[in-house]
Amino acid sequence: MRMDLQTEIIVENLNLYYGKKKALNNVSLSIPENKVTALIGPSGCGKSTFLRTLNRMNDLIEGVKIEGTVLFDDRNIYDNSVDVVELRKRIGMIFQKSNPFPKSIYENVAFGPKINGVSNKSQLDEIVEQSLIRSALWDEVKDDLNKSGLALSGGQQQRLCIARALAVNPEVLLMDEPASALDPISTTKIEDLIYELKKKYTIIIVTHNMQQAARVSDFTAFFYMGDLIEFTDTRKMFTAPDLKQTEDYIRGRFG
Amino acid sequence: MNNKILGKSIVAVSALAVIMIVSALLFILLEIYLGGRSVLSWQFLTGNPTEGMTEGGIFPAIVGTVLLVLIMSVACVPIGTITAIYLNEYASKKSFFTKMIRFAVNTLSGVPAIVFGLFGLGFFIQFIGTEMDRMFSADGSLLWGQPNILWASLTMALLTIPVVIVSVEESLKTVPNDLRGGGYALGATKWQVIRKIVIPNSISGILTGSILAIGRGAGEVAPILFTGVAYFLPHLPEKLSDQFMNLGYHIYVMATQSPDVEATKSIQYATAFVLLACTFSLSFIAIIIRYQFRKKIKE
Ligand SMILES: Nc1ncnc2c1ncn2[C@@H]1O[C@H](COP(=O)(O)OP(=O)(O)O)[C@@H](O)[C@H]1O
Ligand SMILES: [Mg+2]
Repeated sequence: MRMDLQTEIIVENLNLYYGKKKALNNVSLSIPENKVTALIGPSGCGKSTFLRTLNRMNDLIEGVKIEGTVLFDDRNIYDNSVDVVELRKRIGMIFQKSNPFPKSIYENVAFGPKINGVSNKSQLDEIVEQSLIRSALWDEVKDDLNKSGLALSGGQQQRLCIARALAVNPEVLLMDEPASALDPISTTKIEDLIYELKKKYTIIIVTHNMQQAARVSDFTAFFYMGDLIEFTDTRKMFTAPDLKQTEDYIRGRFG
Repeated sequence: MNNKILGKSIVAVSALAVIMIVSALLFILLEIYLGGRSVLSWQFLTGNPTEGMTEGGIFPAIVGTVLLVLIMSVACVPIGTITAIYLNEYASKKSFFTKMIRFAVNTLSGVPAIVFGLFGLGFFIQFIGTEMDRMFSADGSLLWGQPNILWASLTMALLTIPVVIVSVEESLKTVPNDLRGGGYALGATKWQVIRKIVIPNSISGILTGSILAIGRGAGEVAPILFTGVAYFLPHLPEKLSDQFMNLGYHIYVMATQSPDVEATKSIQYATAFVLLACTFSLSFIAIIIRYQFRKKIKE
């Protein structure tokens, strides 16, 4: 990895168990700041699990045990003194299935700021507008902010969820196959958006679409059965990976 | 071919069953309405019973029933809702403690109503009420250690709490976990997720559950038999330590205890009609609420 890159998150010797089943096996990697890192690998290899360890969403699943460290801002996020709620404000998440709240578009975006204690109407208006602009949704919804978020199309819903995440001003965005349920045009919009967002945010994206990984990411991590097999520059990954296993997988997927 | 016949006969049998149930219901309603039609009037609803209850109205019984379900709801709705939230949102599904609570709730909803009545008599009146009198009453006179509307309402609440718990929990379960996750991922605390996402999305279920409980409470007589209902009272209840009259009990009394049962026949029918009308309109309100909320969420 190039030396001029700032590191955002450092994962060291991470093991994760669902009950007795081990889902992540001694994973170590450094995620660079203001870059897009793609996580690829066959279904069930632990990509989503790994992503969820970064904002501690796995805490919500009963019976999960985690060993190792995840350094963010020089602190192990699994340290007892870390405030998980605070952490999740700084590391936002976009889910595979878009999940807008059954509220208006406005209330969806204002949800995060409101629970953070922003109650001033003009301030909220400003945050909502800015977040929708940054998620490239503003022009499509600016005239019906009071419409239910569920009335939007699938692609718009996903961008609404991105706006909702941006509204709390995170530093990192975790995206779990954010376009897997979308049509090609909506997918392109999301990919363009990711390209814009990385200027300001560090992005980690799970995808099983190799073209997508190649298009949007700067770095790629290949997982296989809970192991991190290879982690390198995306261009290198897709042209000349170090390991035969990686090459086979990518070639198979490109077909 | 055989399958076709089977399918058709299943439809026919189901249709027959539906027709039987609906016609039984209609028949009961009609019978009750026709039997009570002659005395049903505004005066009947607003007047006191007279002539040893063979004449006059049922106003005190209506007021008593309304007060009973109001006080009962103040107890059973919050307790039931909070228990349901605890069970569904906080309790670890596998823990022994949770299983115990669930077992208790299920058992409670299977206990015959009269047992609640006896429990209320023993626990609220003879234990808590008597102790309260011993502590607070200077001259040793009986105030809380006897049947009254408070003890009757609380006894009834014990019976309806499982109703609330079960229906609130059902509606909490319909809130998708994706929504909870969406809230947590924005840095919401557990309580914020519950208050701003889970409860607003299940409020119709909470309201419906409460109304169902109230309907159940309005119709039951056994739990209040020993704990507060009165045969006849010349005045309305004014304090929690007063006794009260009740629609269901009124019917029972007129049908079994009246010196002239025949003379009260139409009053029995009319009272039953009022009671049914009340519980039906409660169910109807519950349906409307559910419908409205569904519509609102879709918009
Ligand atoms: N909540 C869970 N409970 C138990 N096992 C799980 C859970 N989530 C995922 N797993 C298991 O962990 C492994 C990795 O899953 P996941 O991270 O979802 O893979 P991916 O996102 O790469 O498809 C799989 O074997 C899966 O069955
Ligand atoms: Mg996944």
